[in-house]
Amino acid sequence: MTTGTNFSRKAAGTGALLALAAVLPLAITEPSQQNFLILILMGAQMGVAWNIVGGYAGQVSLGHAVFYGIGAYTSTMLLTTLGLTPWIGALVGGLLAALFALAMGWPCFRLKGHYFAMATIAVAEIMQILVTNSDFLEGAVGLYLPMDRSGWTWLIFLSKLPYYYVILGLLVLTVLVSWAIERSHIGYYFRAIKDEPEAARALGVSLTRYKLIALSVSAFLTAMGGSFYAQKEMFIDPGSVLATTISIKIALIAILGGVGRLMGPVLGAVILITIEEYSRTLFGSTGSGTDMIIYAAMIILVAVFSPSGVLGLLGDVHRHLGRHLPGAKPEAEKAEKMEVRP
Amino acid sequence: MTADILIQVLVSGLLIGLIYALVAVGLTLIFGVMDIVNFAHGEFLMLGMYASFWAFALFAIDPIVALPLTALLLFAVGVIVYQTVIRRILKAPMLSQIFATFGLMILLRGLAQFFWKPDHRLIPHSLVSGNIALGPVQFGLPQFVAALGAVGVTGALWMFLHRTRLGTALEATAIDREAATLMGIDGQKMFALAWGIGAACAGLAGGLIATFFPIFPEVGSNFILIAFVVVVLGGFGSVTGAFLAGIIVGLIEVLGGFLIGPEYKTAIVLSLLLVVLLVRPRGLLGKA
Repeated sequence: MTTGTNFSRKAAGTGALLALAAVLPLAITEPSQQNFLILILMGAQMGVAWNIVGGYAGQVSLGHAVFYGIGAYTSTMLLTTLGLTPWIGALVGGLLAALFALAMGWPCFRLKGHYFAMATIAVAEIMQILVTNSDFLEGAVGLYLPMDRSGWTWLIFLSKLPYYYVILGLLVLTVLVSWAIERSHIGYYFRAIKDEPEAARALGVSLTRYKLIALSVSAFLTAMGGSFYAQKEMFIDPGSVLATTISIKIALIAILGGVGRLMGPVLGAVILITIEEYSRTLFGSTGSGTDMIIYAAMIILVAVFSPSGVLGLLGDVHRHLGRHLPGAKPEAEKAEKMEVRP
Repeated sequence: MTADILIQVLVSGLLIGLIYALVAVGLTLIFGVMDIVNFAHGEFLMLGMYASFWAFALFAIDPIVALPLTALLLFAVGVIVYQTVIRRILKAPMLSQIFATFGLMILLRGLAQFFWKPDHRLIPHSLVSGNIALGPVQFGLPQFVAALGAVGVTGALWMFLHRTRLGTALEATAIDREAATLMGIDGQKMFALAWGIGAACAGLAGGLIATFFPIFPEVGSNFILIAFVVVVLGGFGSVTGAFLAGIIVGLIEVLGGFLIGPEYKTAIVLSLLLVVLLVRPRGLLGKA
């Protein structure tokens, strides 16, 4: 099997998936069900964006809520104070988040592993405290989006369907950026930084420079997701867009599906959001703690038994089956092995 | 007048700082021995608080009297956590390690909420209560006793690590795992011991503060970030460093809250974390 046919098969698969995603809300018309689909796409978009820095470049950020929050607050403030359309507001938010990522990454990337992860938690927590106590941003009260406008100019809709297509579009954009990075020389540098930092440095790859690229691209896309959240919910406060639980969820989606794999986070989002939503409805109110127990059990199981995520697990099964088929393909096996390494 | 207030602030900073130190020594011990950051450490403290609460509510045992029981119970919890989860992720990528202990954190919170409800609970009449007045400076007796207990436990841990065979073996494992194994030290046993002791320390801290701090399933979140700052400032793996850093963090938190505003005190402590990570990543007494 050549790489060419493998590639066209993948492209066909992706096309079919996209077509399915495009017609799905036409079959599922119940608003709460459509909302559920939107939540999955939002989760997938965050996960794919996180994967660029956390997966490809191997820099584990547990503070991505800071970018999400910058996106949500920027577009909302521009809309409520200047009456600027969120189409531009989201871009401004993305740019601000990317700049913040550069400022934050410059010192923090001197830290490795656990230290970097903890520094990112600290940055996000500090931001949450600052925003909570900021009068300008309405602090803990939160910000409401104007209720008197709707339509595509303001990205405010009465039905769920337009939101669905907006977030689907944003997800496709995020996947395309991620895919372009994966295939470009930048993607090779990212993997070199992750797997062999010393060798990469010896070959003249500027580690900090490429880590900064990864973080700022990831931040830009995460912030756009934050702007979408604000448009959909029509209300934001520090707890809903800046909390560390959001940072953790973003990373978890990627880890669950498969870190460093293009579509891993999409699969992760489908699994995580489904369990999150249904454990709540199945086991009653949030207060009982059952949803937390299920969520936690899942996290622990994946961490313990499948470090390369569900996609990695599927890859193992596939390889295992492939070995028993006539004409097993060694080069595909090798390629998968390289990808699996978390 | 202002000097009195300053002394008052410093005393409360010192008292809470010693508690932070006790929470952090367990965390730093675990990290030092096996390079794993335990996100569920605050939940060990929460379990310690509930152990005190139920000892009091069901058997009318005062939290102070129940402390040895709390320590034993949490030691068992720590060993069980190690044997069921941590043992399996020793060689896993860092991301899996972070998420395993992070999952434990949510699991323990969820279980506490499931069995004991999310309500805030208090222990009403304990043996130690009331205030002490030393000239112009006033502080609560429970806080004072808790701080004293924290010093005692940290001191005992230090003695254990430096004056007993088993403790030395644990220290040796922390310094060089392979060399320790070659000397005939059972690494797995040492790891389990570190988790047992670490959990017991956090549980004791919980038992000590149970007399004056509300008890609820998410109480650990108040302590875990601060404990991280203490561990980083003290130097990963250094018990003495964590003890000193705990006091420093307590003082900075209370002083910063007093000067800038109590709503910013956590932000001030977290900024300290960033400063330490950037200026001196190995902390006060950590290994280079």
